[in-house]
Amino acid sequence: MNRRLLIWLPFAVFVGLAGLVLYGLYRPDNTVVRSALVGKPLPEFRLAPIAPGKPGLAAADMKGGVRLLNVFGSWCIPCIAEAPQLMALKNRGVEIDAIAIRDTGPAVQRFLTENGDPYARVGDDPRSQVQLSLGSSGVPETFVIDAEGRIAHQHVGPINANEVDDILKAIEDAK
Amino acid sequence: MIAETGLAALWLAAALALLQLMLAAGGLWSARPGRADRQDRASVAAAAQLMGGVRPVAVVQGLLAALSFALLILVFVRSDMSVLLVATNSHSMKPLIYKIAGAWGNHEGSMLLWVTILSLAGGAIAILERRLAERTLVATLGAQALIALGFYAFLLFASNPFARVSPAPVDGNGLNPLLQDPGLAFHPPTLYFGYVGLSVAFSFAVGALVTRDVGAAFARAMRPWVLGAWVFLTIGITAGSYWAYYELGWGGWWFWDPVENASLMPWLAATALLHSVTVLATRDGLRAWTVMLAVVAFSMSMIGTFLVRSGILTSVHAFAVDPTRGSFILALLVLYIGGALALFGARIGTVKQGSTFEPISREGGLVLNNLLLSVILGIVLIGTLYPILAQAMGTQLSVGPPFFNKTIVPITLLLMIGIAVGPMIRWRRDDGQALLNRVTIPLAVAVFTAAAFFVFAWGAGAFAILGLGLAAGLAVASVAPLWKRNLRRTPLFTWGMVIAHLGVAVSIAGMASERAFTIEKLVAARVGDAFWVGPYRVEMRGIRPAIGPNWSAIEAALSVRRGQGDPFWMHPQSRYFSDPPTNTSEADILTAADGQLYTVIGQPDGQGRWQLRLWWKPWVTLIWAGGGLIGFGGLLSLIGRVRRERKAPRREALA
Repeated sequence: MNRRLLIWLPFAVFVGLAGLVLYGLYRPDNTVVRSALVGKPLPEFRLAPIAPGKPGLAAADMKGGVRLLNVFGSWCIPCIAEAPQLMALKNRGVEIDAIAIRDTGPAVQRFLTENGDPYARVGDDPRSQVQLSLGSSGVPETFVIDAEGRIAHQHVGPINANEVDDILKAIEDAK
Repeated sequence: MIAETGLAALWLAAALALLQLMLAAGGLWSARPGRADRQDRASVAAAAQLMGGVRPVAVVQGLLAALSFALLILVFVRSDMSVLLVATNSHSMKPLIYKIAGAWGNHEGSMLLWVTILSLAGGAIAILERRLAERTLVATLGAQALIALGFYAFLLFASNPFARVSPAPVDGNGLNPLLQDPGLAFHPPTLYFGYVGLSVAFSFAVGALVTRDVGAAFARAMRPWVLGAWVFLTIGITAGSYWAYYELGWGGWWFWDPVENASLMPWLAATALLHSVTVLATRDGLRAWTVMLAVVAFSMSMIGTFLVRSGILTSVHAFAVDPTRGSFILALLVLYIGGALALFGARIGTVKQGSTFEPISREGGLVLNNLLLSVILGIVLIGTLYPILAQAMGTQLSVGPPFFNKTIVPITLLLMIGIAVGPMIRWRRDDGQALLNRVTIPLAVAVFTAAAFFVFAWGAGAFAILGLGLAAGLAVASVAPLWKRNLRRTPLFTWGMVIAHLGVAVSIAGMASERAFTIEKLVAARVGDAFWVGPYRVEMRGIRPAIGPNWSAIEAALSVRRGQGDPFWMHPQSRYFSDPPTNTSEADILTAADGQLYTVIGQPDGQGRWQLRLWWKPWVTLIWAGGGLIGFGGLLSLIGRVRRERKAPRREALA
């Protein structure tokens, strides 16, 4: 009897393995790197302005009222895809600040002219240092910041049209 | 037209694989033992006719697949940008060798190469194998056809290498510059030969299970294929490791990343199989275990290929782009591996028990070797798959070198003792006391070496010291089978074993030494600065641009001097490729008799200083020299075995 079990053991192990891999195959989308700072206050930072006519961004600016912090780059294609949703959020009364990653003034200006300008302030993060201190690993990413300046929610990747409601809900929850 | 002809050849080959499978199944069915007993002459004759068709069909199928692959290479050589695969993976300005290598440096092409080698191997069995019972051979070729059929279907339905693109782009995207290296151009085919050689062992195992014909003859038929596959895998892994070492510019030679593990796992299984098949061929023992290993070895190659090709481990998004491919390969895997394991479960109970043996015997030693190799295999497999498992549980993690080093190093050290002692034990039964006497000298050498390192270099770390001691002992023990023998009459396969085992000792000595004695310097250097690394004085003399056929580079001019010797130049480069835009580090490596000086230039700091990484790695070359010895030993064994097998029928005929 033992021998019979032993004989079928490899088969059983393989079936388990196949199930595991099948799972990995069909639930692939969890490579997003979550920030360890969700639920915690924003780290201190002070960024110079980059877009002409717009103020730069400091952590202190992010207090008083729930707002979005968008991490983007003019060189980033998904950021263009995300732009209409940010505009839609702005039109619904959401205040949005941004950090431009590894960017230049003229390029940001062109980006905002072509894709719409939802931002109240844009900070210049030429070496991704603030981005990394936020626990953001790529662009675009969007943080919901609550009235006390805590990170309430992190959205990794572009905000798609069907995700606008999720963001609005996260903003509601943060109030 | 060339692309269409290639596709047509592929379809024809697939059709022939189907025919081959049907002939084999039909023949075996009408000649199944129950029927033959009834002396149904007509059906026996029909069965013989069906089975007689299998060999020629296998040969033609192999030729058609080869034709298809040759045409794919031709399309790449002519830079026919109207073929999608060429446009996405090649570039008209690429050197010819990389155009050719480009044919398999991508998903579709490598799958075609895989199936081509598979069907050529099938054709080779059909032509060469004469000693195995015809029924088992037919079942083997049937299994081979079944495997090929799945991969043909995969190519034809889910990844057609000959697909056209309209309008044709002006030029292609180019090949990843990291892959533009002669070492790597031939690295994948070498590994594929290994993987596919294991598919032959797998087919033999399935064939033997179908006909319940597991015995010494089956083992002897399988052994050259296992040996050949193992030699290719050994060379492929060694070359891949050296490629990663000099091309990636990180100074490491093994990173335990999933792609490397994917090639290591089949090698471990094949190494175990190689030793157990010897027990089966010589002593007719370990029947079920050998069949199991043959199934596992090829399963590991398929799982490895799947993991690498699917991107399930490294970047899940590669899969999200095209989930059909992943599911297709996974379905094939489940079908083949699951099918073989189920066949094993159903049939192995009816295979007669082979010979048994005492625990202290050569067989016992080989079983120990098999167990240790299996444990290592299990650890690598778990370490590779654990991230997926953890993901299934909802956490993200990666398993890195610390895990593998902590678990595998101690077992490898145990295994070294096994390798040293195993060949000194007699077959069937041996005396423990006599064995102890035989191992005295190697044991003394090991203890003495370890003690010497402990006294003079005790900062090296316990594992490194143990490794060096055991390597010395193993080096002595590995040549022991040649003692008191007439060297000219020693069979070639014994030489092969001696050299391969010596290679293990050499390689591990290199690993331990690299681990323990490497000196690393990371400096910010201005022109005129000089640094000491190990026995070398490295002076930065200048920075200048350099231009190659499809890259431009920043190159450091380093004046290097050892002791009072003549100074000479080294030129590490930081290269920039424009198609596709990529930066690579070209390390400049100086190979001395006792190690390598490894230099890499990094980024400038904007104030006239450049990052320089310098390593002195004593005896590091032994790692790959040992790998080469292992492969060469395998090759000698293969030649020795094939020669003896070819003599055997003649001897039988004379007797």
